[in-house]
Amino acid sequence: MHETDMTKALILTVRDWWEAQPGQPAIEKVHLTVGKFTCVEPVGLQFAFEVQTRGTFLDGAELVIRETPLIAYCHDCQSEYRPEIGLQYACPTCKSPMGDIRSGRELKIDRVEYAEATADNFRV
Amino acid sequence: MHQTFDAALGIDLLHVNQAGADHNRAHFDAWGITCMNIMSSPGAGKTALLERTLEGLHGDLAIAIIEGDMTTELDADRLRQYGVPVIAINTGRSCHLDAKMVAGGIHTLEHSYDPSAIDLVLVENVGNLVCPAEFEVGEHAKVALLSITEGEDKPLKYPIMFQEADCLLITKVDLAPYLEVSIDQIAANVRQMNPDCTIIPVSAKTGEGLDVWFEWVRDRSLDPAASRRVSTSQSGVHAHG
Repeated sequence: MHETDMTKALILTVRDWWEAQPGQPAIEKVHLTVGKFTCVEPVGLQFAFEVQTRGTFLDGAELVIRETPLIAYCHDCQSEYRPEIGLQYACPTCKSPMGDIRSGRELKIDRVEYAEATADNFRV
Repeated sequence: MHQTFDAALGIDLLHVNQAGADHNRAHFDAWGITCMNIMSSPGAGKTALLERTLEGLHGDLAIAIIEGDMTTELDADRLRQYGVPVIAINTGRSCHLDAKMVAGGIHTLEHSYDPSAIDLVLVENVGNLVCPAEFEVGEHAKVALLSITEGEDKPLKYPIMFQEADCLLITKVDLAPYLEVSIDQIAANVRQMNPDCTIIPVSAKTGEGLDVWFEWVRDRSLDPAASRRVSTSQSGVHAHG
């Protein structure tokens, strides 16, 4: 299950950021971009995230995954196309091989949403 | 009052592994070693290919093996019979080698052998067609194997590994007369997504195609500038030479 390793990398990266913040704010959401042309399954990531964050600084945080489609660019036709993963990768018009991938290989931590302790939090 | 803030990170999920891979590559570069990452599904013939390669390149190149296996040292023991350094890495339950595990292998290479006397390190990855493709280990070239018994459609179904490969070995071609499989179709399916891949049909049993493979390895090892992957991590790479 490489989603477990990916999640470990995700947690370590977010922790690095979190430890550098003054007052270690409570993280509410972690936004990821996962391309369709990667070996990563979002459902597997969600599961691993839920399990691996229990009892940590990310306990209860939500993992929000945005999937990006596989988009290739055909230089011969000078146009973008969407290869059909599992079936066809060459350009559907001129059959040129898929050479230039414009989207779909992303595995990225985009941003983090967090709540900061304000003066109001401390009023009883 | 509850206020929500946003922090943009924009960090690659695999950046820690990528930095580790770049670090490993810097070590190899400092020692003048070419490293190849050998990947395939279980049973495609990685170990048999390595056995033939150790025989075929004996005297040409000084080779060391880093062997990834989930639980046993069976493959490593097979290769030790050829009298070359074989460093076994048990990956435990992990289904691929990553840069950190290979760094452990490099550490052993450095302390138990003389790395400056080695020309080529072949990393035999864990048998798996999916995960190893996403985890670079510090290689200069990626080599994928696909045995003809696996079927023509596998490059289409497991595209990442075949898209990333610098060389594809279509193995067990001695079985072709007994199967309804087209080697040309396998090659065409790979070329759809990777037109520059060197594709070599081989048989470890009959020796067919192995000379072409040895030539490819020799070219990459003796003229590393020809095909070397460059470090892509933004973090600094420090070679300890």
